[in-house]
Amino acid sequence: MKKEKGMLVWICACFVLMVCDFPFAYANEEEVSLDKANIDLTDKASLQRGARLFMDVCSGCHSLKYIRYSTMAKDIGITNAKGGVLDEVVKADLMFVGDKITDPIISAMTKEEGVAWFGTAPPDLSLEARLRGTDWIYTYLRSFYLDPKKQWGVNNTIFPDVAMPDVLYNMQQQLLKEPGGQAKFDNAIRDLTNFLTYVAEPIKLVREHIGIWVMLFLGIFFIFAWLLKREYWKGVHSAREDE
Amino acid sequence: MQILNPLLNWIDARFPLTTLWNEHLAKYYAPKNFNFWYYFGSLALFVLANQIITGIWLTMSYTPNAEGAFDSIEYIMREVPWGWLLRYLHSTGASFFFIVIYLHMFRGVLYGSYKKPRELIWLVGMLIFLCLMAEAFFGYLLPWGNMSFWGAQVITSLFGAIPFVGDALVEWIRGDYNVTGITLNRFFALHVIAVPLIFVGLVIAHIMALHEVGSNNPDGIEIKAMKDEQGIPLDGIPFHPYYTVKDLMGLAAFLILFCAVIFFIPDMGGLFLEHPNFSPADPLKTPPHIAPAWYMTPYYAILRAIPNKLAGVLALALSIAVWFFLPWLDRSPVKSIRYRGWLYKTALFVFVISFLLLGYLGLSPTSPALVLITRIAATLYFLFFLLMPIYTTLDKVKPVPTRVSGS
Amino acid sequence: MSADEMDIGRRRFLTATTAVIGGIGAACAAFPFLASWAPSVKARALGAPVDVDISKIELGQKITVAWRGQPIFIVHRTPQELDSLALVTNELRDPLSKESVQPKYADNVYRSIKPDLLVLIGICTHLGCVPLYKPEVGSVQPGWEGGFFCPCHGSKYDMAGRVYKDVPAPLNLVVPPYQYLNETVLRIGDDTPPGAA
Repeated sequence: MKKEKGMLVWICACFVLMVCDFPFAYANEEEVSLDKANIDLTDKASLQRGARLFMDVCSGCHSLKYIRYSTMAKDIGITNAKGGVLDEVVKADLMFVGDKITDPIISAMTKEEGVAWFGTAPPDLSLEARLRGTDWIYTYLRSFYLDPKKQWGVNNTIFPDVAMPDVLYNMQQQLLKEPGGQAKFDNAIRDLTNFLTYVAEPIKLVREHIGIWVMLFLGIFFIFAWLLKREYWKGVHSAREDE
Repeated sequence: MQILNPLLNWIDARFPLTTLWNEHLAKYYAPKNFNFWYYFGSLALFVLANQIITGIWLTMSYTPNAEGAFDSIEYIMREVPWGWLLRYLHSTGASFFFIVIYLHMFRGVLYGSYKKPRELIWLVGMLIFLCLMAEAFFGYLLPWGNMSFWGAQVITSLFGAIPFVGDALVEWIRGDYNVTGITLNRFFALHVIAVPLIFVGLVIAHIMALHEVGSNNPDGIEIKAMKDEQGIPLDGIPFHPYYTVKDLMGLAAFLILFCAVIFFIPDMGGLFLEHPNFSPADPLKTPPHIAPAWYMTPYYAILRAIPNKLAGVLALALSIAVWFFLPWLDRSPVKSIRYRGWLYKTALFVFVISFLLLGYLGLSPTSPALVLITRIAATLYFLFFLLMPIYTTLDKVKPVPTRVSGS
Repeated sequence: MSADEMDIGRRRFLTATTAVIGGIGAACAAFPFLASWAPSVKARALGAPVDVDISKIELGQKITVAWRGQPIFIVHRTPQELDSLALVTNELRDPLSKESVQPKYADNVYRSIKPDLLVLIGICTHLGCVPLYKPEVGSVQPGWEGGFFCPCHGSKYDMAGRVYKDVPAPLNLVVPPYQYLNETVLRIGDDTPPGAA
């Protein structure tokens, strides 16, 4: 009896070790060490700054086709006291294309234009954080370097021969003139990464919140199921032998 | 309850309701010494129900064609009310199904539950396992992510190894020259109706066969051999209420683990939902590192370790088929590991290690050193079965008592 | 065995408690399955209010626009048609629209905000067919003053969508929520003034 339980523990330990140890590859070409993004999905100010940065510099080429302006605005807190979305604010600050606030976030650039200009269509970024990982986005956006051999004069250390130009170059150079500029730049990228991580799974915080209640409930249910089992089983090992 | 009696009588005169209840629950006498390992049968039933119900709900919003499949999954995840929960219940349920079934099968090996007179229970169980693998494979294509696509591409290509008809067979299975929307559409039909029908039928047969001969137990003793005056096994207790309340407790514990994964780590770090599957199927670009879902990797590792296409496919098929012969490979006079000798215990220990190792290796990118280890592990895997008639015959067994332990 | 008899109360209590907790759990688990049938975010986005340019609708013309997948009739009624409303009152089942569904601002003799512009959900209140627009006098039966005729089961409505007696449909055609954003734009599906949200 003891031995078999030991076996189970042993198998579980092997399994856990296997899972923990294994580098379940994100869909990236290169095995590189990534910087930790340290994002905070509950930080709505950060999400809003990230959304603004995305709309300013990314949305010209990249879509977020699986999310709507209205859903995004509600989730990242562009709302009034009652929780209603501030349509006018969204339209003025974040919506550059599309006419209805319930539209998905689609870039004005078509696939064909993307292929003509960059050689490949800029991908939709709705799921980028689940495809490549939060840390990857954070590291990637901070890993451009000048490379005159390339079409746009830049290359990327973790995405070699990337087709994307360094759209943040001007902003970065501007910030680097200020004291603490690198930290400010990193923070801006962190906000953007935070926003893209939110977009990849908008329900995540709700899911975890519900999960806590589910765990509490199941814990109570388990206790009563255990008490009930113990009550029924009290006499089992002796009862039949009495006969 | 008194009021309901006439109704019950009315039904019983027309349908064997009370008989069924008694045969399978209230008067089904199970050995009283079931331990931890005996939870997984009822848990498998629970997970099956979960897969069927969440599966029905997912089909309500899923689009089974190449243009719409990937989008419809995101639609379920983001726009259908509670769709994310339905989808995570189903995707996590798939992985948990294999965890539960593997533990259930291992229980059978530990206590010799496949041995006479339970050979048919084991064979039907193996058919259920095949159904489960087919179900998982067909279902894996449906999200139409890039991993889905290349998984189907690789597995359907296996049939190309068959001499003469291979290439034609692959085209026939795919219904196209490559895995396309046509393949997706037929896999959808197989996943949501064809295989589940067979699956449920086999489960019913599995339980009927079990209740015909009675359950084995950790001592491997036939409790029907020792009965009291009323013909009730001395070491038996009615399944209901004893095991219904015990399994309810097991279910509660299982749900805690299950829900913890669903609500806190639904992709299990890329093990239950692979990262490359978050980009749509692209026939022109294989993901940089491709491996099947974790539950298939031991067999996949065996396939990969053999440097010949046909031989690899045959080894893969054999690695699963060999399980069917277990009842006849085991020549030991005792069932339970408790009364077996060190030969069997060592063999089983080595087998478990090689199986887990194969699983791990099947997930890893391949390298020459790993290929060597994989070949050793694969050899040990097969030797467990092939040498079984020998070492179970030679093994020194302990005497088996007539009553279960704890009596 | 005596130990068991003593604990019968405890056993009952635990059985009942576990059953109740389990029942609550099952109900909670069932909720997402039932709730998932409600309109999705996409359905609600597609069901958003629709803005219609009404400057091009000629006198006596009917146009149909889709809102939430339902046909919305917009009819520019002539003065004669408006006058006809009073002539048929005795033949109607609910001439004052007491039991029928319409927003407060359309609860008047014309069943509309502006008398000449009629806005209706074009779905028969009987079993959901789309009634035909029959404005010509005498086109459905002798003495017909113009209105809507449902081809499925013969229900008849007047030029304000009010149902006739002795037909299967029980109620007048429904008036959806709507408002005039300005002289030429009509918004269907939303009657809260812009900015009030």
